Amino acid sequence: MTASLNDAALELSADFTGASARERLEFLLEFSDNLPALPPRYSEHPDLLERVEECQSPVYLFVELDGDTVHTFFSAPEESPTTRGFAGILNSLLDGRSASDVLGFSEDFTDTLGLAEAVSPLRLRGMRAMLFRLKRQVREKQSGTRD
Amino acid sequence: MPVAFDPQAKFSEYAHPEVLVSVDWLSQNLENSEIVVVESDEDVLLYEVGHIPGAVKIDWHIDLNDPITRNYIDGHAFKALMERSGISRDTTIVVYGDKSNWWAAYALWVFKLFGHEDVRLLDGGRQAWLESGNPVTREVAPVTPGTYPTIERDDSTIRAFRDDVLKHFGNPLLDIRSPQEYSGERTHMPDYPQEGALRGGHIPTAVSVPWARAVNEDQTFKSRSDLDAIYVAEKGLSADQSVIAYCRIGERSSHSWFVLKYLLGFDNVRNYDGSWTEWGNLVGVPIHKGEDAGEVPVLKN
Repeated sequence: MTASLNDAALELSADFTGASARERLEFLLEFSDNLPALPPRYSEHPDLLERVEECQSPVYLFVELDGDTVHTFFSAPEESPTTRGFAGILNSLLDGRSASDVLGFSEDFTDTLGLAEAVSPLRLRGMRAMLFRLKRQVREKQSGTRD
Repeated sequence: MPVAFDPQAKFSEYAHPEVLVSVDWLSQNLENSEIVVVESDEDVLLYEVGHIPGAVKIDWHIDLNDPITRNYIDGHAFKALMERSGISRDTTIVVYGDKSNWWAAYALWVFKLFGHEDVRLLDGGRQAWLESGNPVTREVAPVTPGTYPTIERDDSTIRAFRDDVLKHFGNPLLDIRSPQEYSGERTHMPDYPQEGALRGGHIPTAVSVPWARAVNEDQTFKSRSDLDAIYVAEKGLSADQSVIAYCRIGERSSHSWFVLKYLLGFDNVRNYDGSWTEWGNLVGVPIHKGEDAGEVPVLKN
C-alpha cells in the first residue's frame, strides 16, 4: 500500500464518478463479492461486533488497534449486497491505515462516489453511519474506554 | 387474452385469488410473453447478485420515487418506466422481492396508483424462489420495449395523506410497525446518529398489528383463516370499514394494505405513505405513547 489514504479515496471517487450509474452498481457488487470473511476469532464471537443500527440490514463491524495501525472487520449477510459493498469500500480504504489517518478521514467521503444517484441518498446514510461508528471505535480503543 | 390464474387451493380461499402466484406456477410461465416479471427489493444490488431469468428490476428509490418532491413519479415518468421495462398496459406483471415482498407489495401498490389492471405477487417472494432450487442468473436479458399510455396517478382511492388521516379519526387506523415503535419506547443510544422521527409513539387510536403477523416463517402469506383470525376476530376490523394503514415510510404498510385489500377483501383500505416519518415530525398533530391505542383526539381548528 503506497498511496496515501486521501489519494486512494480520490482515485476511488474518480473511478466511481467516471462510470455510469449501472457501472457504479457493478463496482459496488465487486466490493460486495470481495468483502473478506471474518476471521474465526470474530465469526465465532459475534457478540464482540457492533451492530450498525442505521442500516436496515444486519451489518456488524469491529476495529482492532495494533499499535497505531487500524484493522477493520465487517460482517453483513449475502442477501444484503449493498451493505456488503459499502463495507468492502471502507475496508479496502481503511484497513491497515494509521489511527490518525482514519480519524482524519471525513464521513463526507461517502458523498463523493456518485452513489446517491445509483443507490439513493437514504441507503447511502448507512455507509456514513458505518464510518462514523468505525471512527468512534478507534477513539475508544485509543483512550481505552471500551473493553 | 388474460393470463390464467394460479388455481392453487390456498389462493382460492382469498377474496381475490388472482393476485398471487406460486413459485411452481411462475416457473411454468416464465416463457409467456404476456407476463413480465419484476424484481423489487430493499437492497438495490440483490437483482445484480442473481434474479429470476428474464426478470426486470424496478427500484423503489430510483425508479418509483420522484427525486425532487417526496412523492411518486408522474404519469410521464411511469409511462417511460413501464416501456423500458417491457410492460404494456395489458401486460400481466408478477412482482417479487426480498424481505417477504415488502418492496414488491410497495411496487404493486404504486402500479395500482396508475391503475395497472393485472399485477400479481409471487407468494414467498425472492426467498421462496431461491429455496425452490429454480435457476437465477446475473444476466440481464434484452427488453422489448412496451407501449404504455400516459396515465394520471390516482391518489384518491388507495392512498391517504396526512389530512385524510386527520379526517379519518373515529375509523380504524392500522399501525404495522414493531411493538417498540408503536409504544414509543424505542430509544437510541447516546452519541449515535439517529435518523427518523422527532417523537416516538403512534397515531392516536391506531391498533397495532406488526406486518410480519401476516406471513409464515417461509415468507408466504398466511392462510385466509389465519389472517381472518388476526385482523377480524382479534382486532375487530371488518371488510366494510374504511381503514388506513401506515408504518415508517409506507413500505411495510403496503404489505398489510395488500393483505387487507386483496386477501381479505376490504374495499376501502388506504396506505398512508407519509407514515411515521411524516406524522412523528409534523407540527401540530397529536401522538399517543404506550401500548394502548389512545383516544380520538380533540383537534383544534
